[in-house]
Amino acid sequence: MAQDKRAMIGARIAKELKDGDFVNLGIGLPTEAVNFIPAGVHVVFQSENGMLGVGPSPETGTEDQDMINAGGGFITALAGASFFDSATSFAIIRGGHIDITVLGALQVDAQGNLANWMIPGKMVPGMGGAMDLVTGAKKVIVAMEHCDKNGNSKVLKECSLPLTAKGKVSVIITDMAVIEVSRQGLVLKEIAEGLTIDEVVKATAAELNIPEVVKYF
Amino acid sequence: MVKIISAAAAAAMIKPKARIAIGGFLAVGAPETIIDAMVELGVQDLHMIVIASDWENRGVGKLVVNHMISSAQVSHLGTNKAIQAQMNAGEIAIELVPQGTLMERVRSFGAGLGGVLTPTGLGTVVQEGKQIIAIEGKDYILEPAIASDFALIRAHKADKMGNLTYRKTARNSNPIMAMAGKITIAEVDEIVETGQLDPEDVITPGVFVNYLVLSKENNNGAR
Repeated sequence: MAQDKRAMIGARIAKELKDGDFVNLGIGLPTEAVNFIPAGVHVVFQSENGMLGVGPSPETGTEDQDMINAGGGFITALAGASFFDSATSFAIIRGGHIDITVLGALQVDAQGNLANWMIPGKMVPGMGGAMDLVTGAKKVIVAMEHCDKNGNSKVLKECSLPLTAKGKVSVIITDMAVIEVSRQGLVLKEIAEGLTIDEVVKATAAELNIPEVVKYF
Repeated sequence: MVKIISAAAAAAMIKPKARIAIGGFLAVGAPETIIDAMVELGVQDLHMIVIASDWENRGVGKLVVNHMISSAQVSHLGTNKAIQAQMNAGEIAIELVPQGTLMERVRSFGAGLGGVLTPTGLGTVVQEGKQIIAIEGKDYILEPAIASDFALIRAHKADKMGNLTYRKTARNSNPIMAMAGKITIAEVDEIVETGQLDPEDVITPGVFVNYLVLSKENNNGAR
């Protein structure tokens, strides 16, 4: 995905974060959000390999080999950081102590189901910590490209791939739209500047409820 | 009492069919010196319990590349193409376990529990064939304890009682794996005299540790 689209998604994710939140960002696209945290909003980032208070990447030459995030990238510790073992880390996650988790997805559907850990016969990276995160976080946000490489919608009526969790996703942020998962189905809340509602609806396999006001983002 | 041994002596204890729980997360906090000694011996048909299969040239990835692992309980394979190829070829049997569940199943064994109840995996293939138990109206999956013969872990400092401290995110699964080995072998950067560690700093009490191996390398440059 082009960098400007990644940045746009990152900026929109950042708007979901509130002062004081404990946040776990998935590898890749979700981490774009760290560059767009609004002034005055202080959040604490968790890394599931055992740290709260994750800071920015270190400058070249100052990397500590024992300081990585869950994607293996080098990190620093902010004032107030803490280290803990993996069982404690997942007690934090599963126990409902993380306010927001943002993950990538292969598919997401109208029931808030998420599939992001395997494509049978093709790719089996494993679920890692994703199933625990989606199960335990207070709010689950999916951040992804709206369509796959072949132009097919990743927002579906029903996921066809093995699920990561059932009914846990509450917001979907893509390069085209911000969609809320409600009991009545998917609600189109915002569309990307330069698009029309029709274009987003056509690019989405799931049915979208269109409220009277749909904003741009 | 804890014995200080060589990495080669540690590796020599591990026989085919042994179940080994190994600490580390993407090779950070992995017992590389013991792993290298195991690779040198080349013992095969091992069962591995580990968070991730690391990289082909780092951490437990080296055991995979050398065809020493016949089965594994692991949460993530994405960084190691060799393990995915061996899985697809039917050379290695993989049980994928959600990371938090893996930790609690390992911890259960070390803590004398039969298993844990977790909501993670409900409504997914993870729950297939497992008992679902409702507690106060909420469903949980019964996840059994995972036994291991050996725990191979990496810590920072040890005293001669086997008390261990860790360093930054290299702690990760090590204190959990340490609890769960029938025999636990800790690779450490430094062994100090008993009394030199502040008891407040000890993360793994020496009661869990049987052997210490001095790390031969600082592959972790900033130590």
